[in-house]
This record gives sequence, structure tokens and C-alpha cells, in this order.
Amino acid sequence: MAVEEILHVLAVDDSLVDRKVIERLLKVSCCKVTAVESGRRALQYLGLDGETSSVNFDQELKVNLIMTDYSMPGMTGYELLKKIKGSSKLREIPVVVMSSENILARIDRCLEEGAEEFLMKPVKLSDVERLRDFVLKGDEDKNEGEVLATTRKRKNRSDESRPLILQSSEPSPHQSLPKRPRLIATVD
Amino acid sequence: MATVGQLQKQFVDFSTSLYREFIQLQKLQDESNPDFVFEVVSLFFEDSEKLLNNLAIALQQQVVDFKQVDAHVHQFKGSSSSIGAHRVKNMCVAFRNFCEEKNLDGCLRCLQQINHEYCLVKNKLENVFRLERQILEAGGTIPLIA
Repeated sequence: MAVEEILHVLAVDDSLVDRKVIERLLKVSCCKVTAVESGRRALQYLGLDGETSSVNFDQELKVNLIMTDYSMPGMTGYELLKKIKGSSKLREIPVVVMSSENILARIDRCLEEGAEEFLMKPVKLSDVERLRDFVLKGDEDKNEGEVLATTRKRKNRSDESRPLILQSSEPSPHQSLPKRPRLIATVD
Repeated sequence: MATVGQLQKQFVDFSTSLYREFIQLQKLQDESNPDFVFEVVSLFFEDSEKLLNNLAIALQQQVVDFKQVDAHVHQFKGSSSSIGAHRVKNMCVAFRNFCEEKNLDGCLRCLQQINHEYCLVKNKLENVFRLERQILEAGGTIPLIA
């Protein structure tokens, strides 16, 4: 089914101001956004809270990327990340963690747990566009793999931990992103 | 009475002094979302005033819960940095240190200073909006900040 893919991003942040900004950043980048205020709500939305069964009849609800703040009351972004990566249903969804604090141990922990990237806040438009392109490329590759028709190929892909910078053979201006993203925000 | 040119210059000066985060926000505004910055800033005002109030109350308790105070300050730090209110954000950093040391005096002093910095930034932001209105009313266009 070759539908023009619009990414659906689930944004999780307890700050009203930040939710509004990330929503706008995502919309400007042509993504569909659902913004929630807590890890718990995010799990509810994803159908993983054990109380509601997954209501994903509608293809439109499918989430392609999760962006979560790290420090939130109740469930932190890290805890949310663990729950998502611990779920066979959801672990394929790339998760990006955002924080205004540049704490190495925290960044390491998130990346080790399977976060695609750790972004310093305030998040920039260029960050969002880069993520969007990364996810779209990932989906594109996945579709190609399916067309070539081996289930095993797909299984191998999902078993690999995907480095942030890819598989793409063409150099891009933002290229040199190693698996560890830049740690210092470029703000003075 | 200021000319459009003078108003525009003032607008640019104020905007650039609000650091690049604010300018980034302005870039996200367009015809389909003409009030975006105003909405974000209004949210920031609402949020901040609530936080400042909560902080005052928390610090007045018989037994101060420094963890709770720290949580409020952390929130304030986040939202002020998203808007580009750097001085408020820096005060929050100092404030959190005092929370960690459980230094009530230090905290109270910080609260006073943050209130002051917040007023300054609020004023500045309100000026930016006022200038925008004046420019438009005078038939000018809002300058794009690089």
C-alpha cells in the first residue's frame, strides 16, 4: 500500500510550554503529532498500560516515533523508554529522549536502553527534521526488505540496534553524527 | 511619535536581546499560525506565575520540603530556557544548588531575585508584542530577525 507517509509522532512532556513548542516544530516538519503530559498517558495511548487493550484498528493511530522528556514526575522518560523497549509490540518504535540537562550518565543510560538519540533542549527545527528523515528512511528500507520478501531479513533488522546514522551511502550535511549524539547544546 | 522605522528598530533590538530561542520561536510562526509566539509566551506567563506562587508557599511551610521546591524550580528552569529567558534560567540553577544544600536563606534570596528577573523578562516580552502591534497599526511590516 503506497500511501504518502506522514509520520505520526507521540510527544511526551510534562511542561505545557515545551509541549506547545514541540507540537509546532513537528507540525512545521509535516508530522502528525499527539502530545501527552506523562509517561502513563503515553503508555495508555500506546495500548500498553494493561488496562485498555490496543486500539489500533485505525492505521492512523500508528505511532512512528516517540519523543519524550527525561525528567517528568511519576514516570521518567527513561522509565518510559524501558517499558517501550521491553514490549515486543512496541520496541521497534524509535524513541528519542530530550533533556535540558547535559548529564553524561543519563545520556549513556538512555542510549544503552535503546534510545535512538538524546537531544538537548530546547529542541531545534533542524533536530526534528533530521529525526523525521531518519525515521522515513528506516521505513523505506523496511518496505524494500519486505518487497524482497524474506521474513528473515526483517527479523535480522529488528534484532540489530540501529545506529542513528545510517546505512545511507550518501553523505549529508549533518553526516558525522556518531552513535553518541552531540552532548553540548550549541547555545551560548 | 515614533516612526515605523524607529519602531521596527526597537522591535529588532528587543527581540535579539531575548536570545536565539525566542527568535527560533518567531520562525515557527506563519500565516497559518500567526499567534504562535504570543500563545507560547502567554502559556509561559501563566505557568511561571503559578510556579512562583507555589514556590513562595512551599518556602513558607513550617517544615520546608526542599525536594518539592526543587521540582518547581526545575520546571521553571525548563520553561524559561525554552523561551530564551536566560537570566531566569541561570537563577534557577543557583536556586537548585541551595535546595540541595537545604539552605532556606539562600532559597529565599533566589526566589526574590527570580521574581525580579521574571518581571524584567515579562516586561521585555510585553514590549515586543506591543511594538508588533504598533508597527502593524502604523502600516509597517514586522522585520524578520536573522
